This record gives sequence, C-alpha cells and structure tokens, in this order.
Amino acid sequence: MKSKIIFFILAFFIFSSIHANENIKVNDIFKNLRCLVCQGQSIADSNSDFASTVKLVVEDQIKQGKSEKEIYSFLISKYGEWIVYKPSFDTKNFFLWILPYLVLVSGGIILYVLLRKKPKL
Amino acid sequence: MRVNLTRIIIFGFIFFCLSIFWLGLKKDQTYDTRNLIGNKINEFSIPSLDETNSFSEQYFLNNKFTIVNFFASWCAPCRDEHKYLVELSKNGAHIVGVSFKDKKSNTLDFLNQLGNPYKFIAADNDGKASISFGIYGIPESIIINRESVVVKKIIGPINQEIFKEILNIIK
Amino acid sequence: MLSEFGQLSIFLVTIFSVLIIYKSFLSLKSNNQVIEPGIYQLSLWQVTVTILSFLVLIAAYLVSDFSLINVYENSHTAKPLFYKFAGSWGNHEGSLLLWINILVIFSYLFLIFNFKHKKNFRLLTLVIQNLIILGFTLFLIFNSNPFSKLEPAPLEGLGLNPILQDPALALHPPMLYVGFVGCSIYFSAAIASMLSNYRGKLFANSIKSWVLISWCFQTLGISLGSIWAYYELGWGGFWFWDPVENASLLPWFAITALMHSVIVLKKRENLYAWVIILCLITFILSVTGTFLVRSGILNSVHTFASDPARGIYILLFLSVMIFSSLIIFFRTFKKESYNFYFKSKETFILINNWFMAFFLVTVLVGTLYPIFLDVVTNEKISVGPPFYNIVIIPLAVPLLVLMVVGPQLSWINSKSLGVVKHKALIIIGALLINFIIYLIFGSSSFLSNLIFISALFLIIHSILEAYKIYQKKIKFEAPRVISHLGFGLLILFIGINHNFSNEQDFNLKVGEEKKFDEYNIIFRDLKLKQEKNYKAIIGDFEIKNFDKKINKILNPEIRIYSNPETLTYEAAIKTRIDSDLYLTMSNISRSDYYNIKFQHKPLMIWIWISVLMVVFGGFLQLVRNKNES
Repeated sequence: MKSKIIFFILAFFIFSSIHANENIKVNDIFKNLRCLVCQGQSIADSNSDFASTVKLVVEDQIKQGKSEKEIYSFLISKYGEWIVYKPSFDTKNFFLWILPYLVLVSGGIILYVLLRKKPKL
Repeated sequence: MRVNLTRIIIFGFIFFCLSIFWLGLKKDQTYDTRNLIGNKINEFSIPSLDETNSFSEQYFLNNKFTIVNFFASWCAPCRDEHKYLVELSKNGAHIVGVSFKDKKSNTLDFLNQLGNPYKFIAADNDGKASISFGIYGIPESIIINRESVVVKKIIGPINQEIFKEILNIIK
Repeated sequence: MLSEFGQLSIFLVTIFSVLIIYKSFLSLKSNNQVIEPGIYQLSLWQVTVTILSFLVLIAAYLVSDFSLINVYENSHTAKPLFYKFAGSWGNHEGSLLLWINILVIFSYLFLIFNFKHKKNFRLLTLVIQNLIILGFTLFLIFNSNPFSKLEPAPLEGLGLNPILQDPALALHPPMLYVGFVGCSIYFSAAIASMLSNYRGKLFANSIKSWVLISWCFQTLGISLGSIWAYYELGWGGFWFWDPVENASLLPWFAITALMHSVIVLKKRENLYAWVIILCLITFILSVTGTFLVRSGILNSVHTFASDPARGIYILLFLSVMIFSSLIIFFRTFKKESYNFYFKSKETFILINNWFMAFFLVTVLVGTLYPIFLDVVTNEKISVGPPFYNIVIIPLAVPLLVLMVVGPQLSWINSKSLGVVKHKALIIIGALLINFIIYLIFGSSSFLSNLIFISALFLIIHSILEAYKIYQKKIKFEAPRVISHLGFGLLILFIGINHNFSNEQDFNLKVGEEKKFDEYNIIFRDLKLKQEKNYKAIIGDFEIKNFDKKINKILNPEIRIYSNPETLTYEAAIKTRIDSDLYLTMSNISRSDYYNIKFQHKPLMIWIWISVLMVVFGGFLQLVRNKNES
C-alpha cells in the first residue's frame, strides 16, 4: 500500500510540473529592461517615448528569431549594463552573487558546530 | 589574540562600508551613456528624408569623421543647438541629420528657418533606428570615424564648450 | 506665529532631552531604589511638547500657512482637507518630525510600562533613547526644519504631488515609522542591558512586546505601501525591489528573527548575545535605510528630494551609533554556553534566524552593490527583480516546510522530527491541490510547483492545527498558527498571481478593438472631465471574455494637475473575489493612439487578506502578552 501511495505522489508531482512554460513572454523581457529616462521604472511599466521605441525594437528582434539573451546583449552593447535588471554573472559582480550563499553556508557551519557539542543535561 | 582578530575584521568591514557610503554621496547619480564609446555602429539602414536613398554604415567610409545628429522640429533644445551645427558645417564638418519621429514637412520648415548644416538628411519615423545608435533622448550627436567606431557622444544640446571640443576632434 | 510656536516647541524638546539625560545620570549615581518623580515629569513634558510641535505643523497645513517653507513647498489651498493633513508627513522635514514624535512617545511609554524592571536598566534606556532623540532633533533644527520661515509669506503653495494624494499613502508613513522607529527603543534597551548587566529572561520580558509592536506595524506599513503602489502607481505590481522598498524590508527580516529569538531568551535563558546583536542591527538597519532614502545616494522612484548635507549628517550619526554599540558589546561580552539538541524548538528558531539572515544579506547586497561598484570601478549596473527572484525564491521552499516542523518540536529535546501529525495525508493533500491549481490555471515551472506544494503543506497543516485549537481550546498557540497560516497563504497567492497573470500591452485608437487569447477589448469612447484640482481624460473600455463570461466596463484616466503641473495615469481596477481586471491608458505624443496596458490578475485581493492575517496574528499575541501581565 505504501509503495502505491509513493507512486501516486510521484506521478502527480511529475505530471503537474512537466509542462513548464518555455515560451518567452514578450512582457517579461520588457519587465527586465530599465527605462533610461524614468526614475526607477521598467520598460514594461513606463509610458515614455523611449520605452515605446524599445518595445518596438524588441518585438522586431523577436520576430527575427533572436533569443532573449541576444536581445539583452544587443541593448547592453548600445546602452550599457544599466539597462538590464539582471546583473551579469562575471568577475566584477562576483561578490554580489556569492555573498548571500557565503552567508548561507557560513550560517550552516555555525549551526552545525553549535549543535555538534553533546549537550550536558 | 583570536578574539582580537575577529574584532579587527568586524571593525574594518564596517569602516569599509561606511567609507563606501561616504564616497557614494559624492558621486553623480544621473546615468548617461557618454562614456559608451569605442564600439562600432553597424547593421543599420535609415531611409533618407526624400525616400530616394538610405543611410547605412557604408557612409562612414567616405569621411574621416561623421557627426550624426538626432533632432526634431518639435524639440526645443534642438532649435537652440542648431546654430552650432550650422557653424560646424561651415568649418568643414560632415554632419548627417536624422529627423526623429517627425513629419517631413515640419523637418523641411525647421531647416528652412534655421539653416541646413546636413550633408545628408535621414528620417527615423518610428524611432527604431535611434536604438542602434544608443540614443535615448534628443538632441544627441555622435561622432563616428571612418571605421564606424564611436569617438564621442554628445548627450543633450551642443553649447559653446562642446562646440569647441568637436572642432578639436574633427581637425 | 505658528512658525515661532513650532520652533519653540522643538527647542523645548531638545532642552528636555538634555535635562532627562542629566537627571538620569544623577539618579544612576545616587542610591535611590526608585526613579525620581522628576524624571517622569520631565518625560511627560517632553512627550507633550513633541506632540504639540507636530500638531502645530498639522495646523499650519490645515490653514495653509505659507509662511512656513515646508507648507509652501508641499501644499496648496486647493488640496482636499484630508490631504492637507496627510501632507504634513508626506515630505522630508515633516516625516522627520514624525520620527522624533515616535522616538519620544516610545521613550515615555517604555519608561512607564516597564516599572517592574531594574531601575538602572530603565534609566540607561532612557538616556540612550534621549541621545538618539537629541541627535535627530538637532538634525531637524539645523538642517531640515519644518518650521523655517519664508518672508514675505507667499499667497499660494507649490502643491502636493498628486500621486501622494491617496488614503493608503496617507497611512503608510505613520504605520511604517512606528515599525522603523519603534526599533529604537529596544536598541536603547539593548545597550542599557549590556551596561547595567540586566540580562537573560528579565531583559527578554522587558522588550518582547516592543519587538512585537514594531514587527506588526512594520509589516502593516510595508503592506500599505504595496497596496498603495498597486492601486495608485498604475503598473499593476506591488513590489519592485526598488531600493527604498528594500530599505523597509531589511529591518523586517531582522525584527522577525528577533521576535523568534526573544522567545528562546525568555523560555530558556539562552541566546542573550544574539538577541542583543539583533536589537542593535535592527535599528542600525532602520537608520541605514533612512540614510539611503534621504541622502540621494540611490536612484529610485521613491526618493525625497536630496541634499548632500543631509546624507553627511545621517552617515555621521549612523557611524557613531554603530561604533559605540559595537565597542560596548565587545567590552561587556560574556561567553555563553550553547547546549542545543538538534530536534528542539530552539534549534529550529535558530534555523529561522539563519534563513532570515540569508534573505537580509541578499536584499542588503543587492541594494548596496551598485553603490559599491560605482565607487570602486565607476561602472553603473542595475540589480532588480531578476536577481532577487533567482536568489530568494528557491529558499522559500525549505523555509515553508521548516515552519511546519519547528513549532511542533518541544523545548530542549523531542523524540523525533516526525512529530508532524498526518504528514503523509497533508503531503498528498498538497499535491492534490497543486494538481487542481494546474487544472484551473495551467502549467508552471518546477520551482513554482515546489513553492505551491510547500506553501500548501504549511497551509493545510495550519488549518488542521487551527481546528485542533478550536476543539481543545488551547488558545496560546492561536497567534502563531494564524500568522504562519497567513504567511503560507501569502506565498501561495503571490505564486499563483505571479505565474498566471495575463498582461498585454498594445496601442489603440478610439473606436478600435483588440482581440487576444479569450479577451476582446473595445475602446469605446473618450470623455473629458473637470475636477477640483485636475482635468481628466477618461477612457471608456469594454472588456469581454468569452470563456468566463466577463463583461465589464473599465474607465482608466489620464489626469492633468495644475499645481504642480503633473500628469498621472489612474488605473481602472475591477476587484473580484477570484481576480482583478487592471487597465491603464496613456497618450502617445503626436499621435491619436493610446497605449493600453491590460492585466488579468488572479487572486489579487487574497494577497492583501493573507498579509493582514499575518499582522493580525501578531496583534493577537500582543493582546495575550498584555493579559498575561
């Protein structure tokens, strides 16, 4: 009986997650781009002229079959890294990406050390 | 000694963070792309204003320096800087004007009124071509050399100082 | 006259602070067992004068006294009365005065409510708190004085930003400041505790309700900010990982960690040093947040107008706070012995703190890294939602599961981790409901499924616990169950909303129609309306959905305000129990076309309900604490 339950569980689990949505929604790309002439808004949220122009260009590039990465690189080459909200994964951003996990691991080590001592009760 | 080391590290780290804040206060917050130079502008094609021709990267081969100026009749600072462009063209500068999201008749009126410094006038009606040049507002002027490399970016209208800078570059 | 009155009252607050500090020192030196009534009196005077000063500012706004620069810059005679009132704290100087008010009020309340605790401890708390009050008051007087006079007084003001004329935004700062500034009192108490050697359970009992109060209001304040952003700002979102939003979230993680650790200190007399560190860090983060927001060092949609002198002063104050508290900590540090079994409630509270530390560092690094990089390499990068989503969301899964296990364990030690009753059934239930979500809404990524399942695990378990509480009447667990249930629901609803919102961006002319997916949007008409202080262009849109038979009319607006000249876009939002319909319209210059943004957002209102549930649990615990004592 137990193994049947486990199988049931796993089947449900796999079934519901198997159809992960692969299509890039255009709006998600707009959300990842910064509107350069606005105070802290994305291209998706902005009503500015610049934002509407960028939207047209991105839509064109998608029609040309360019990937999300290619579109971001193109815009970065023209406007600098400031225009994308996802910081790049390279040496200059090393500490940005590493520090949280460093803290996670150190915290884990501290906890482990704390719990390792046999409590005297 | 071990405890002291920990304390030194902690104090040092905090001092470091506070210094970064201190230095950060002095920095200019507005972002602009004026330092984005040294890259190539290629793979673009903008139709000319009279729709008979087009402006593409082949154009740069003909001149030592080409100044590409994005402007529009509805843009007030563009009016202000126009006299410097006329002056530059009198000094032998080779300027391409790109009319940005404008009506042809309005552009021609603008040039009739204030003078035409442009060796070539292109029309970017939907604004998409400006993205290839890294433009995000007008007026913007970009100086490009024979190899299609961006030598200088001028964000905003040209004033007396910038006018002199440009003269120095193109000599 | 109001200006002079205000200046006088602020000056008096400063005098009272100095007197209180002086008298407290005298009292500490003396052999008196109790605090002299003189000190109570001074404190009462101080609180009265501080509140009076704020009432003076409010009065100046209500009568539109433009001889005060602050009123001139931020108000206008045509403003509706309520927003004249709220305008008093909707600017830098006024909100600073509000800070000072809360500092003083908390100082007084802590003094009188903690009469059961050791005299030296209470006096030292009073002293430290008043040093902080002094720091802020001097800053106000010399740099950001809301009572500064303008001569001759202008006849009309510059007006208040129309985006700030919204009820949620009127309430957001006061709530948030009770959270932010409320941390000050246990910062002061922590230092006092170290200096007077008032440790362990006694210290925990003195601060526990204050931690809870600041937590509840901080959560509420952040939620109100999000609610306002959603209804007012017109992008349909409620959290953008904007630096100013992050500045309010950082103390929240610390207070949540502290709130849980105080329980361990109270119950088991352990983790004193850690609780002290958390008390110090929380207020330090608050002041750091203030620094980031008001100094102009960060680029954000929220920033107050910046002035470099402000930044320098706050940075100096922050440095003094950090270094002095650190020095005191190291001087008075006594080694504690930690005896924890793994399968114990205290260990799992430590695990909670571990997770909170991770989230805190992530948000802190994400917010500060661009500044660091700019200073060191002169390069500007953006750190936005993608970064935070990638780093934080995966860790939410184990957090949700651990939130179920932890509270089930006993103090000191438990027999096994499998104390979660009916866990097999709950897991199956979670998977089942996850599958139902898939049937209703569609497929989503593997990570999203994990989030749903772990959130459902917490939700179902909490509901079962709630039922058990109801049956057996063991009420003391109720606040925790309610808050944890609310948190699980919050994550679930945010997850569904994030994954299954339908957003479309397109351009339409009047009379045109747009079809996509199962929706049909008709731009029927455009009307013009003149209101008291703005002109409105109102769009008339019909939204039809053939699947679910929606047939609604939405009227987004473009508002043109005259004082100051601003353009705002008012979203049309139809809130239903299962989803929200969201429509914004903006004009495209030199064109007949309008840019339309349409969003269908499932379960939106449940997000607000869940977060209110989380807060409610906190308030319930506060009531229990009061009834206990």
